[in-house]
Amino acid sequence: MVMTFSGVLTGILLIPLISAIIILLLPKEKKEEARIIAAMATGMVLLLALGVFFGYSVDDANAANDNGQAYFAYEDHVQWIESIGVSWHLGVDGISAPMVLLTALAGFTGVLISWGIEDRTREFMAFFLLLVGGVLGVFMAVDLFVLFFFYELAIFPMYFLIVIWGWVKTREYAAMKLTLYILVGSVVALIGMLALYFKAGQATGVYSFDFVDLQAAAKAGVFDEPFSPAWSAATTARLWFPAIFIGFGVLAGVWPFHNWSPDGHVAAPTAVSMIHAGVLMKLGAFAALRVGVQLLPEGAKAHLPWIIFLTLINVVYGALIAMRQRDFKYVIGFSSVSHMGLVSMGFATMNVTGMTGAGLQMFSHGVMTALFFACVGMVYDRAHTRDIPSLGGFVQKLPWVAVAFIIGGFVSMGMPGLSGFVAEFPIFVGLWDGPNFAPDAGWLTGSFTYYGLIAVVAALGIIVTAAYVLRVVGQVFFGDFNRERFPDVSPITIYDKIALVVLVFWLVALGVYPRLMAPMVESGVKPIVSMLGG
Amino acid sequence: MDINWFHADYLPWLILLFPLVSFLVIVLFTSKNTVLSQVVGLGGIGVSWALSMVLFVKTVWAADPALGERVYGSSLDWMSLGAYTFRMGVLVDPLTAYMLLMVPLACLMIFIYSVGYMRGDAHNSRFFAYISLFSGAMLVLVLADNLLLLFIGWELMGFCSYSLIGFWAHKKTAMEAGVKAFMTTRVADMLMLVGIGYLFLEARTLNFRDILYNEEMLHHLASTDAILFGGSVAGLVGVLLVIGTIGKSAQFPLHTWLPDAMEGPTPVSAMIHAAAMVSAGVYMVVRMFPLLSAGADFHHFDYSTPMVFMGLIGAITALGAAVLALGQNDIKRILAYSTISQLGYMVAALGIGAWVAAVFHLINHAFFKALLFMASGSVIHAMEHGEHHAAEHGHGHAEHEEPDGLVMDYVAPPNDIQRMGGLLHRLPVTAITMAIGGLSLAGFPLLTAGFWSKDEIIAEAWHGMTNDPFPLFVLLALVVAAFLTAFYTARMWLLTFWGQPRTPAAEYASLGTFRKQWVVWWNKRGWNKDVKLMQEPTTARDRLSFAQMETPLIILAFFAIFAGFIGTPVYHALHDFLAPTLLEEPLKIDFNVLPMLLSMALALGGLALGWWVYAVKPLRQDEVDPTEKALGPGVWEMLQNRLYIDILYRRYLLRPVEWFSVNIVIQAIDKETIDGVLETIAEAFTWLGEAFKRFNTVVIDGVGDGLPRAVGDFGAWFRQVQSGRIQQYLLYVTLALLALGTLFLVQVR
Repeated sequence: MVMTFSGVLTGILLIPLISAIIILLLPKEKKEEARIIAAMATGMVLLLALGVFFGYSVDDANAANDNGQAYFAYEDHVQWIESIGVSWHLGVDGISAPMVLLTALAGFTGVLISWGIEDRTREFMAFFLLLVGGVLGVFMAVDLFVLFFFYELAIFPMYFLIVIWGWVKTREYAAMKLTLYILVGSVVALIGMLALYFKAGQATGVYSFDFVDLQAAAKAGVFDEPFSPAWSAATTARLWFPAIFIGFGVLAGVWPFHNWSPDGHVAAPTAVSMIHAGVLMKLGAFAALRVGVQLLPEGAKAHLPWIIFLTLINVVYGALIAMRQRDFKYVIGFSSVSHMGLVSMGFATMNVTGMTGAGLQMFSHGVMTALFFACVGMVYDRAHTRDIPSLGGFVQKLPWVAVAFIIGGFVSMGMPGLSGFVAEFPIFVGLWDGPNFAPDAGWLTGSFTYYGLIAVVAALGIIVTAAYVLRVVGQVFFGDFNRERFPDVSPITIYDKIALVVLVFWLVALGVYPRLMAPMVESGVKPIVSMLGG
Repeated sequence: MDINWFHADYLPWLILLFPLVSFLVIVLFTSKNTVLSQVVGLGGIGVSWALSMVLFVKTVWAADPALGERVYGSSLDWMSLGAYTFRMGVLVDPLTAYMLLMVPLACLMIFIYSVGYMRGDAHNSRFFAYISLFSGAMLVLVLADNLLLLFIGWELMGFCSYSLIGFWAHKKTAMEAGVKAFMTTRVADMLMLVGIGYLFLEARTLNFRDILYNEEMLHHLASTDAILFGGSVAGLVGVLLVIGTIGKSAQFPLHTWLPDAMEGPTPVSAMIHAAAMVSAGVYMVVRMFPLLSAGADFHHFDYSTPMVFMGLIGAITALGAAVLALGQNDIKRILAYSTISQLGYMVAALGIGAWVAAVFHLINHAFFKALLFMASGSVIHAMEHGEHHAAEHGHGHAEHEEPDGLVMDYVAPPNDIQRMGGLLHRLPVTAITMAIGGLSLAGFPLLTAGFWSKDEIIAEAWHGMTNDPFPLFVLLALVVAAFLTAFYTARMWLLTFWGQPRTPAAEYASLGTFRKQWVVWWNKRGWNKDVKLMQEPTTARDRLSFAQMETPLIILAFFAIFAGFIGTPVYHALHDFLAPTLLEEPLKIDFNVLPMLLSMALALGGLALGWWVYAVKPLRQDEVDPTEKALGPGVWEMLQNRLYIDILYRRYLLRPVEWFSVNIVIQAIDKETIDGVLETIAEAFTWLGEAFKRFNTVVIDGVGDGLPRAVGDFGAWFRQVQSGRIQQYLLYVTLALLALGTLFLVQVR
């Protein structure tokens, strides 16, 4: 086995974890030091992630794709637990490289925005870094064991961050709800993963959690054989795809397993909401794609054509609920449910265009939602209420926040020139295009024409997005400012401004010049689509 | 790379860049300084206009059939989608050049006007930033060489109109109107986007030249069956694109946002109604016309689905909006409905294949409508001063109550034509230029631009009338609309400017330029002895503002007349110039004197009726408007409430959606079903836990604790045996012996 070790990704992963330990070793009263260490750690991660992002060679990836090889850049690969075939295997492809950048962005801005936290600062920063480290681990993992390990590692600090620093009214309920949903989902997915592990092991004689080995087994058709001799119709792929896709999909907010997310978003402190909606939900989508679609293409072909209806429900349903929320943060929470539906919908198109759109949407929505929650947090910290009708006129007091929120709002409604459009347009084109293979006989009308109809309905769902965004903008930022009720609204700090600018920059840059990211995502999507027979 | 930016291939980039750069500069650097922001805004559009003129002249110079083959343009890689790379670029062909004659000029006029109009507003910088972005977006749209870039400009304009209609964000009505405009157009835009996506999928490109100038492609699109709703791909895409126009150009049934868009500052109305926004909608269908008409031989009265769709919508809109304009008292609202109506003309013209006529009317309309709106802005401005003045001197009303939210039949006092009258002598320049604009709108024969373009549309409908019922229907609707247009225009102008002031506000409406000369000249003729030169206090700054507002009116009045002479039935330069834009020669019909006489009769008839009703005996104070009397209270009420369409939408569209999301989605599904199931599960588990807890205490603990307890209890009881008394032990021994003895005896036997 070839061992490679470039160390960059391991470095990205270790920086937040080690910094978390250092922060915990600090004396209790050293709050400022804890903040500075956390900012430096996430800042370094951001720099390295930018290096990885801009250093990623699309040409190399496409060359490898053309040769039918699996391609991961910056690989770290050493044996770890040999007896069960676990190796420390990290790497990024065209889909995960933007995700690493996204995590780094949300992590860095999250620390900046949490500068004002005075309650147990050390512990907060340590948990937060642990969370960032866990999320990074999932995106960079090429070994499924490593992936699952970090997946769980990301969930555990989440619980404490919400329970200790969350919104007093619902934090215990929300934290418990969130943890239970995600744990149950991940256990279901774990069982599916183990099924693949054993199935591939039996067939090839090599028991390995390494994604590359499993993918080779998948290409050899191991998962297309019946899982159990007793029931020949159920191939491994068809049987286990729903478990894995939906199991991870819980974290991506797939309907009807989405309800943990708005509650969780609302209860979490601002920075955690940012990571939570911005990054954590992508974690689910990413894992569902990597483990589900990429390893079980036959299962995806059988199941995604009906799962797409769930995603459609996500889009319309989330938007409709967001429209009627009174709580500012719940609006954003449900908008995430709606937008994540577009991501899964992009996956379900099963063609390069739609999936590229989904990849871009993961990044775009991640930055956008992080921005949204940052804005909501800034307003809430000053107004101490999130009740939309009682807010108003905040553009006078917090012009930066208003502008940032409006830009985020226009991203979310897919305004051209911003990243949302660049992501959504390919998804719609991909929907019209539909999958590139013939559907199973007897399935619906025997063709994928209904994908076009889904495009139409989803497009109408986006109109509702415009409605709730404008409603919030109008009622929170414009109108009359209530001086009696909000006597002292302090301006936002320089840290807040830096965070807003960093996030807005990416939304605009990607919208104006999508070539920044689109070819990269496409290079990551192509091997998946080629496995789907496109 | 060495690029000569002044070559016609690259010049378009500069044209669209300047206003966008002004936007950024104002937002980032000069937002604190009003004057600097105005200079930057004016400079941006000014340079843009100058470059457009250069490009226009270049195109006219080069105009020969070769321009069909070789257009100016350049593009760059933007994004790849699957195997297809998207190039973003600019394109200048005769159609674009013609638009470039109008758009930057109208924008520039609006900018100059705004300097005067927005004086004293606290948010001047913001205003100039937005209108810079607005004009930049329109230029992007006009110069785009593909549908996606066009859509980008399209949506940017949507954003700008939202921000500008709601510019006075403290007014609730303004905010609501902005949201209404944005949401209504948004509905159409999303359907249009779906159409664009589908077109991209089938054509694998969105470049105009590759689709519209490519016979094979058009044939392919027209002959491939669409995946939804039957019909061809071109038909489905065409209908979806037309829906986009219905939203953007405020056609029935999505026209409701435009009358409310009057909540914005007047220059914005001019921008939306003339230079940008609504023109963009028509421009898009004009641009996409080869696709919309693909597969249909409309020269021989065979119309494609999108064309019939456009024809019907356009005709209904042209007529319906003209009727609605009759029953309005708000000067801007009358103009708004006239815009809707005139846009209906253009859309209907495209529906019957009168492509050149539609383009012609689009440009002419933009000129005279920009003029009319800005003139109405001057009037309103003057009336506002009058209101203040009257209130100060005690003959006015107290501050009127502003409605809380949009009210259908509410008219703001300074906009109310019933409260005006006699303003001719207060604002002579405005009055005369507005008369020119109004005559152009009404289609005053032979002299005005509006006549020539409207005549061409009617002539083409006339041409088709005898062959097919569809053009006949269009013709009838347009003919009635043309008559009504002339009448309501006359009513608007005469109620505003003619006769005597009907309120103190009108009497004290502030002064326009050249008033002194006007009054002297008027009195010399001895027409009306009542007109006197009153000396009101006006500062030099006031007069400058008015001059800034009236100069653009004069320039536009020039175009409202002379822009029409390039496209008369005898001298058709425009037709020859535009023809190479299309793959095949556009329809050119022989001159027929009948439709022209009809157009003349309609315009003159409407104007004459207006004159007879409103000028022969001018309306006096406390008199009821003759139109109102003639229509009767029921019809009048209905028109004031805009045929109740808005109310209908609210009641049967918005409320049900809200109801659905509240009661069904949130309550029934999310709260009760999903959370309900979850809670049931949680309760079940809680109950199970409780049961287990009981089981644990009772059964398991019962067993677990019971056994040791039993042993202990037994021990405690058994301990009593050892009492320490000898007699008792002896008793035990005896009993034991007895028992053993008995056992022994039994065994032996």
